[in-house]
Amino acid sequence: MEKKPGSPVRLFSTYARSSTRRVRLMDGIAGKGTMAAGLLIVALLVLLLNEMFRLSLPAICHFGIGFFTSSDWDPQGERFGVLPFLYGTLVSSAIALVIAIPFGIGTALFLTELAPQRLRGAVAFVVDMLAAIPSVVYGLWGVFVLAPLMQSHVGPFLEKTLGFLPLFRGPFYGGVSMLTAGLILAVMVVPFIVAIAREVLLTVPVDLKAASYALGATQWETIWKVVLPYSRVGIGGGVVLALGRALGETMAVTMVIGNQPRINASILQPGYSMAAVLANEFNEASSKLYLSVLVEVGLTLFLVTFLINIAARVLLWRMRSVHPH
Amino acid sequence: MTDQSKISAQDLSIFYGANRAVKNVSMEIRENRVTALIGPSGCGKSTFLRALNRMNDIIPSVRAEGRVFLDGQDIYAPRVDVIDVRRRVGMVFQKSNPFPKSIFENVAYGLRINGVRSRKVIEQQVEKSLRGAALWDEVKDRLQTSALAMSGGQQQRLCIARALAIEPEVLLMDEPASALDPIATQKIEELIHDLKRDYTIVIVTHNMQQAARVSDFTGFFLMGELIEVDETGTIFTKPTRKQTEDYITGRFG
Amino acid sequence: MSTPIKLELGGAASGSLRRMQNRMFLCLTGAAALTLLVPLFGILGYLVTRGIGAINLDFFISLPKPVGETGGGVANAIVGSLMVIVMAGAAAIPCGVLASVYICEFAPGSRFSSIIRFVCDMLNSTPSIILGIFAYGMVVLRMGHFSALAGAFALFVMMTPVVVRATEEILRTVPNSIREASVGLGGTRWQTVWHVVLPAARSGIVTGVFLALARVGGETAPLLFTAFGNQFWNLDPRQPINTLPVQIYKFATSPYADWHRQAWAAALLLVIMIAVISSTVRALTARR
Repeated sequence: MEKKPGSPVRLFSTYARSSTRRVRLMDGIAGKGTMAAGLLIVALLVLLLNEMFRLSLPAICHFGIGFFTSSDWDPQGERFGVLPFLYGTLVSSAIALVIAIPFGIGTALFLTELAPQRLRGAVAFVVDMLAAIPSVVYGLWGVFVLAPLMQSHVGPFLEKTLGFLPLFRGPFYGGVSMLTAGLILAVMVVPFIVAIAREVLLTVPVDLKAASYALGATQWETIWKVVLPYSRVGIGGGVVLALGRALGETMAVTMVIGNQPRINASILQPGYSMAAVLANEFNEASSKLYLSVLVEVGLTLFLVTFLINIAARVLLWRMRSVHPH
Repeated sequence: MTDQSKISAQDLSIFYGANRAVKNVSMEIRENRVTALIGPSGCGKSTFLRALNRMNDIIPSVRAEGRVFLDGQDIYAPRVDVIDVRRRVGMVFQKSNPFPKSIFENVAYGLRINGVRSRKVIEQQVEKSLRGAALWDEVKDRLQTSALAMSGGQQQRLCIARALAIEPEVLLMDEPASALDPIATQKIEELIHDLKRDYTIVIVTHNMQQAARVSDFTGFFLMGELIEVDETGTIFTKPTRKQTEDYITGRFG
Repeated sequence: MSTPIKLELGGAASGSLRRMQNRMFLCLTGAAALTLLVPLFGILGYLVTRGIGAINLDFFISLPKPVGETGGGVANAIVGSLMVIVMAGAAAIPCGVLASVYICEFAPGSRFSSIIRFVCDMLNSTPSIILGIFAYGMVVLRMGHFSALAGAFALFVMMTPVVVRATEEILRTVPNSIREASVGLGGTRWQTVWHVVLPAARSGIVTGVFLALARVGGETAPLLFTAFGNQFWNLDPRQPINTLPVQIYKFATSPYADWHRQAWAAALLLVIMIAVISSTVRALTARR
């Protein structure tokens, strides 16, 4: 090895500061600082729960369980039964899932198994765009485009063909209804189902599919008998996650569900949802008790979505532990 | 130079969880010599190597028992500064791992994090280290280009230069040429030969010819145990243990 | 002697039936994907055709007009939205990045790290209107009135977990070998993070952060009873402030045709802003 003439032999040792202590100190501070950031996040959830309980305590004490079993909502008369909101939330979300599941899984299958490479990017882009459109814009479109369409065409058609079922009876109120809300919600949660179903479908081992093809199965038979059974649990997790989204979705639902605190058998009639009553009435809550009631509605919604999300995660986690790769 | 001991491992055991990967190994590493560690894959030679500068510390499940003396000081003693240990005992990894930075910044990195501020000193030291790694002439005109644009062999020599920049006393090399073509490998081997003058070198290799070519001493590991260690010539011509002979004659492994 | 059994594997009829069934179902999945174009183009088409007419210079530089007068603009809402988002981001980005550095670099695999990750998932899937109530209780009730700060707080709670999970995903893609290289040279964990890991992950983190900004930028529900908003100018973070999504909601739910026109225009503007942010960031990072 040639040493450059004239250059000191041990440069580093001469110039390195004995900085170990400072560096160590910095490392300790950074460790504590990053941990503090994590702690803050955990604290936010605790504070959130605490705040919701604190604010809803008067309502919880005042009404007890009757809160959830009465459907009499009359804030002026201080009668607060929230059953219509629970009903509206569940029904609109159920409609959304019934529509979104086939489209979501179909699209995910198309993306992972069938679409030619060039088309995949385009379809993924469409799904991304649908996910990126803000809720309030969906609502705007729902109010001015979808609702009139429901009023003039879809509603009358459904009543004429399926009107013998209580589910599809008029009269209509300007097209705003549970079905309209469910339709909008369906469009909004499809991207979630596609995203998770796609992720799950990509974990299906190629060998498994190859084995099916080698036995002479068609592409569809392979999907139906091999791919879908393999990914069933994971896709189920995705659907439950989408349900959580649908339950808590606020703006679009508020704008098209009709905001009537009544329980109607017909999905062509207006309803109300938990998130919508919060959006509409929170600023108008004239008394402490009214506000407290609304926070309790929020707390209920929070706990329901919380449990649903835990269920979804258990499903996704189970999928990973059954098929580790 | 003398044949005095630079590193002395005494009764060293290393555990991955409950699994003991290195079993009661005692071994002397001599100053200004090249010591090669050979053995079939999974025999614990890399784990042992990484224990010599406490690189295993960053894997949460790994635990070491026993003692390793560097110039007579136990590096596993409670109040030892592990950062100082790693400065004195540098390491070159199996797969070249340059930072996604310029060639210059890669070599300067160790200086900067160790508190060297002077631009002039850094420049001098970068040049000296690149010369030391026989890379200077190839890269002196493109020091500011990304290190990731270099060839595999150049990247590995850059990693050596990066290790040299902080003037370690010992250089640990974990199969430094296993991912390189024969010509790049030859360059690395020549480099090891040159570096011996200033550094104590420990090299893990799965290639017995390489061990025979570059090392003064060779240790043979099997199933986590050090079977035999001696001068390289002795190990490859008249080993005392049956397992060593079987391995070097290719009867298993 | 028994006669050999002949296996009837897929006669001609069953074969063609299976092929038909195959083709039919494959077409159905394609149709499902194609159907998604209907709402997308339905929404984008209406946004453009109805919104473009109301967009003019006035729209960007004027305040909303009182009921009954036509014209006016959403200048205060644009500025208000930017203010609230910048405030939320200024808190959420450092907090989120630091927390994910803790999860991935300082305490990987620790119990506290999994707790943080779990809490992030839960906050991430909390309905945004709940975060509005949270901010109402934490900030509005304590200050005694609505404020931009309260809105920013709600968006901060919403954005932080998104940043954590996005950053975490990027940090996982940084190869372990360069961490080892830094540690092998005597670098501390923080030096390794600061000089090696974060620079290597920078473009990915920037992408994640901007996507998170774009996501909270369109949020309405958490702002309804926090930032509140009105038709006036305000640059004071302690006062209520107008924002674009809330303004769209107010315009859309009003009974005035001119406000409806402006709702479409404001929505078009919002969607363009979000699309520009996300596609620019995607394009920039795809090139690298």
